[in-house]
Amino acid sequence: MAKYLLLKHYRGAPAPVNNVPMDQWTPEEISAHMKYMEDFAGRLEESGEFVDAQALSPEGTFVRYDGRGRPPVTDGPFAETKDLIAGWMVIDVESRERALELAAELSAAPGAGGEPIHEWLEVRPLLSAPPTITE
Amino acid sequence: MDEALLRTLTPTVIGILVRRGADFAAAEDAVQEALLEALRVWADDPPREAKGWLITVAWRKFLDAARADSSRRHREELLETEPAPGPCEAADDTLRLYFLCAHPSLTPASAVALTLRAIGGLTTRQIAQAYLVPEATMAQRISRAKRTVSCVRFNQPGDLATVLRVLYLVFNEGYCGDVDLAAEAIRLTRRLAGETTHQEAAGLLALMLLHHARRPARTGPDGRLVPLAEQDRSLWDTCLIAEGVDILQAALARDRLGEFQAQAAIAALHADARTAEETDWVQIVEWYDELVRLTGNPLARLNRAVALGEADGPRAGLAALAGLDPDLPRHTAAAAYLHERAGDPAAAARLYAQAARSAPNLPERDHLTRQAARLNAQLRGHAAT
Repeated sequence: MAKYLLLKHYRGAPAPVNNVPMDQWTPEEISAHMKYMEDFAGRLEESGEFVDAQALSPEGTFVRYDGRGRPPVTDGPFAETKDLIAGWMVIDVESRERALELAAELSAAPGAGGEPIHEWLEVRPLLSAPPTITE
Repeated sequence: MDEALLRTLTPTVIGILVRRGADFAAAEDAVQEALLEALRVWADDPPREAKGWLITVAWRKFLDAARADSSRRHREELLETEPAPGPCEAADDTLRLYFLCAHPSLTPASAVALTLRAIGGLTTRQIAQAYLVPEATMAQRISRAKRTVSCVRFNQPGDLATVLRVLYLVFNEGYCGDVDLAAEAIRLTRRLAGETTHQEAAGLLALMLLHHARRPARTGPDGRLVPLAEQDRSLWDTCLIAEGVDILQAALARDRLGEFQAQAAIAALHADARTAEETDWVQIVEWYDELVRLTGNPLARLNRAVALGEADGPRAGLAALAGLDPDLPRHTAAAAYLHERAGDPAAAARLYAQAARSAPNLPERDHLTRQAARLNAQLRGHAAT
């Protein structure tokens, strides 16, 4: 089994096919979308492939160390930041093909007009612990 | 296996071990281990007398730990002078335990964890699951909390205000995982209110009961939030409401108002209205005035502005809101609501969408997005005709 991170972006991914912001959908379309996402996570739990899912607030701050005895330096948020993560799902699957298959399924969540959003999701393998037998 | 009984006994048995000479941290560890053993063996082999069993096993666990820790001589001496099990002044012990677990030297998160374990009788694993952190993290949080209070004498008088705040935090955490934290907070507050005559303990219990009564109506079948005005009031638990109102009235009769009684009074006025339209908003505004006077809390001012919008009209609400810090949590959502009531759906839709972006949790974000979507659909409908 290998773990993969499915990343959803507020900004930074190519534009989806069905590109209408959610507050312009009808309330019924929002319900259908929510149900699809919930069912998807439920199916992964049943198949034993679900690890974690989290959504992030769009607000963020950059922070860095500024020397001993000094308070941390903060900066941002930067309006021009190209990449903005909206949330993620971590899955534990048999193969890369399976990870891509699941990401595509997630990307098919319905949006405006009940049509699939075709949203671009980023799939990143998690680096695992080294194996015991290496020779 | 009676897990509820087991958990009720937890603080009593800790109190007994402390009276026998164990320090709090060691007693609490020993009782937690006895609890885990009870969870393992009671199902197949229930004891004839649960409390006696728990005291015996916890004391043995304590002695085992003390024996293992041979460098600590005073514990060794206790081995020679094991007292016979007997009745103890359990009531006072429980109250002292509340004070200790919510000691002002603890951070709120630590106090919550320690209270749930030592008084609630929950296992570390259950607490960790309820707060969505790894079990090892929660175990560390609890043992650090115990170290922090290790020099506090068990019989020192405590601060009831911090105890009430801790229980309020547990209640507000709501429901996730196997442990129903709201129900657990009610159980612990009910027990506390039985141990002290302080009217704010009663006020907090009433507040929790009145809010818990609305829980079945607060979320729709698909998990979405249902705002108070749209709730199906036939789903409200009338027994809990009646109990909450009785407790609140008895507390208010003593004429020592506090913030929890004031909040409970607001909840009681909502519970009293058969329909949203029947709500006595004028009285609710008066109670918010009391709450602002008692606490100066800016969130109470925000809620007051919304209530004023119902009592005196949305323009009055917006005027009150204009005097508040726009960075307050839910300020934008309140403005959106009042703008819609004032007949400006375009501004309301824009504000709802903005509020959704800074929502502190997913159900609220979904709710605010839906409100924006509803108004935008309405506006498109008007534009089309």
